[in-house]
Amino acid sequence: MTATTPDGQTVPANPDGDVLRCEHIAKNYGAVTALTDINLQLRRGEVLGLIGDNGAGKSTLLKILCGFQPPSAGRIFLEGQEITLKSVDHARSLGIDAVYQDLALVNQLTVFQNMFLNREKVRWPLVRNGVMRREARKRLDEMGVQIPSVDAPVAMLSGGQRQAIAVARSVYSNPKILLLDEPLAAMGVKEGAIILDLITRLKQDGNVSVIIIAHNYAQVLEVCDRVNMIQGGRITLDKRSSETSAEELTDLVVEEYRKALQERQRSA
Amino acid sequence: MSDTAQHAIGSTGAPQRGSAGGGGLDMLMRFFRLLGRQREATVFVIAVALFLYFLIDKGSEFTGKTNQVTLWSDSVAPYAIIALGEVFLLICGEIDLSVGFVVGFAPYLMYFLIVDYHFPGLLAILFALLLGVFVGLVNGFFTVTVGVPSFITTLGTGFILMGLTGMTSHDEPAPVPPQVMGIGKWIQNYAWAPIVWAVVLTAIFHVVLTRTRWGLHTVSVGGNLLGAREAGIHVSRIKYGNFMITGLLGALVGLQQMYFTTNESPTLGSYQWMFYAVTAAVIGGTAMLGGVGTIVGAFIGAVVVGILLDGFPLIGVSADPTNVVFGGAILISMVANVQLTRLRERGQR
Repeated sequence: MTATTPDGQTVPANPDGDVLRCEHIAKNYGAVTALTDINLQLRRGEVLGLIGDNGAGKSTLLKILCGFQPPSAGRIFLEGQEITLKSVDHARSLGIDAVYQDLALVNQLTVFQNMFLNREKVRWPLVRNGVMRREARKRLDEMGVQIPSVDAPVAMLSGGQRQAIAVARSVYSNPKILLLDEPLAAMGVKEGAIILDLITRLKQDGNVSVIIIAHNYAQVLEVCDRVNMIQGGRITLDKRSSETSAEELTDLVVEEYRKALQERQRSA
Repeated sequence: MSDTAQHAIGSTGAPQRGSAGGGGLDMLMRFFRLLGRQREATVFVIAVALFLYFLIDKGSEFTGKTNQVTLWSDSVAPYAIIALGEVFLLICGEIDLSVGFVVGFAPYLMYFLIVDYHFPGLLAILFALLLGVFVGLVNGFFTVTVGVPSFITTLGTGFILMGLTGMTSHDEPAPVPPQVMGIGKWIQNYAWAPIVWAVVLTAIFHVVLTRTRWGLHTVSVGGNLLGAREAGIHVSRIKYGNFMITGLLGALVGLQQMYFTTNESPTLGSYQWMFYAVTAAVIGGTAMLGGVGTIVGAFIGAVVVGILLDGFPLIGVSADPTNVVFGGAILISMVANVQLTRLRERGQR
């Protein structure tokens, strides 16, 4: 297992079991530091919950791991091999796929075009609309997502439907590692259950390892094997879901907030 | 003329206002709702109405071969061709103001290469076309890589090209070199060649926009720039490419115009090419905000532009009132387009 030192430094006891490992990842935007020193492991077939308050750096980390932006410092290992992610395409070719918080859907395109965005089925030079339409329909039916028509522009869909499409798009690309940024944010209870079921199913298949960013700690604990908390650009907690509770996680975030508030009052 | 435009638009607006009316109106409404499904249909109705107006008013003077060639090959084709590029640019959120000066400079480049540097004719034509691609590359560099808004970038490159054309030509026209007269037939000299070019290119670009990755990614870049990036689409490649395509089309139109006027003219390069092309695109339903646009619509938009440009002089309307009416027609067709879009959306619910 993993030993966690008090300052949040984690030392992997079994590096070979990690499908993804980050060492000392930092990210600055000019003078602003988003990530200070992130050390994180993702084990094969595991669902890891990444939590933390707004602005803690969760989405920044996710965008580094999916190749959208490079880290300012630090190393990333995929199945023990050090990698430098050059682009989203590159990460995808290595089997890392992400669902972004903003979903990356194009309103002007149809459901099926969005589901195959930048992964279009092509018989050069034309895209194969028929094949994509059928497959999109099949995937959404399998997931139990209700969509009026795969030919509808996504602008016409509800927030939950849009989110389901974004998740379906990534899941069905058969990634080794799936990164989900707030996959339940715009979802009603029923739609949320569809996504949670999907993640549970993926976990049972065991072929894919997942990192989920979420705000609803109860949902996180329900579906995740392990939870990491990011605070101030570091990982400050690394526990199995069974060893913690929604109350503990909430308390930690609130405590951090109180501490910061007190410090500000003291210095004022 | 303006009555025609208004008449056409008045009738397309009828289903909304007349929706409380009786059975005849009901059928009319259904007809227009059918039309309303397609963005292009609105403009098509306007184009047909304009054509019929001039047909009824001027008869054979309008429909005669001489005028029809002028109409389609000179008043429609060049704007339709340039509009293809502008539609792709507008959809991905950019614009090219400089393309009209590629039109002016490309023929001179060909001329200098042949006369001063003894290039073979075909190679000189190739380089003239590549000039357009190069200007597109420069536009792309400043817009995409440096981050200057394309409106400013292409304003700058347009002026540069305007100046270069004057400097190198000493503001003198030049003849078409005999080496390239032969190939001119295919580019321009056959009466219908330009409109054939325009139709074929429109068909190709329509397929590219709707059925290829390039087209879908162009829509994505304009519709959701960040999302396109997150999906791994090479945003800069798309924008660079569309600038280069637009430049290439400008150079093609430049050569066509050279053959049409049988000389390289220092006054050929102007903003009018871009203005009319963008007008065609916008009338055809391309939004200025990105993500939305159709190639077929732009072509029909160019037909509207062409019919107005060709028809007004026939009925004795001089240039100044033509511009007034032209501007009015643009506004009216835009309003009609917006109205019909609303109607269309209502129909979908």
